[in-house]
Amino acid sequence: MKTQAWAFVALLALLLLSVWLAELRLGALNVVASLAIAAAKAGIVVMVFMNLRQGHPSTRLALVCGLAWVGIMMALTLGDFLSRVSVAAH
Amino acid sequence: MPEPASPFDDLAQQHEAAQLGMWAFLATEILFFGVLFTGYTVMRLLWPDAFVAGSRHTDLPLGAIETGVLLTSSFTAAWALQAVKRSRPREAGWLLLFTATMGVAFLGIHGAEYRHDYLSGVIPGIRYDEVGDNAPREALFFVLYYVTTGFHALHVLIGVVLLCILARLAFRGDFLPENHAPLEVGTLYWHLVDIVWIFVFPLYYQVGRA
Repeated sequence: MKTQAWAFVALLALLLLSVWLAELRLGALNVVASLAIAAAKAGIVVMVFMNLRQGHPSTRLALVCGLAWVGIMMALTLGDFLSRVSVAAH
Repeated sequence: MPEPASPFDDLAQQHEAAQLGMWAFLATEILFFGVLFTGYTVMRLLWPDAFVAGSRHTDLPLGAIETGVLLTSSFTAAWALQAVKRSRPREAGWLLLFTATMGVAFLGIHGAEYRHDYLSGVIPGIRYDEVGDNAPREALFFVLYYVTTGFHALHVLIGVVLLCILARLAFRGDFLPENHAPLEVGTLYWHLVDIVWIFVFPLYYQVGRA
């Protein structure tokens, strides 16, 4: 239970940090920082609240599959989209 | 000692199967919202200015409060699971009811946001008063915003119903420290709903605030 309470405190701290950082002028780093904080929050929820480490290894496989397919979708979509722009510019 | 259902040999095996089934479902949920986030990425790369203009219409403090509400609800859901594991089903029942209340509070705040959006005319197809060259592109931001947050709100609503059912089962004494698969998979679902919002918040509320 102590672990869960500390995770909750960390989540709230990250939320405050993200609100504070959003209003600082960091240029492109604003996006990077806000997404990095979101990923950290999601990681805490998955590891501590969803007990991913204690579960059967097959549950980790299911999560990795979900993330891998989103990764493939993003990579192929952006590969197409970004290369199309550069060809059109020539 | 409760008996496992057919075709399982023992409770541990049944428990693992329930967990894996839920995680497989969550993987499909990741893909469902992943499509919306991929569309978001492409459109934001195409029209960054429109996304900044659109995002400024969202309410950053309210979005932060909504995030806090959902993070709190995730914590109390995890707490409820721990309570059952320590043979305190009634404590778990109250915690689940509190979690459901947080879900209702989230829906209330978000409903207020939608109402404000309607009054300020930023709902494409229903009431859209934005003008200028960027207005049609900004409309794309809002369409993605309503589809993503709308489906997320639907997930929250389903989660609230599930949490109420789980609370009832907890008060009835159905959950034992060694046998509580419905509670485990139900809270897993709730945490995923929280995680989706964790990504909605920076992508829709925090763009171009500096």
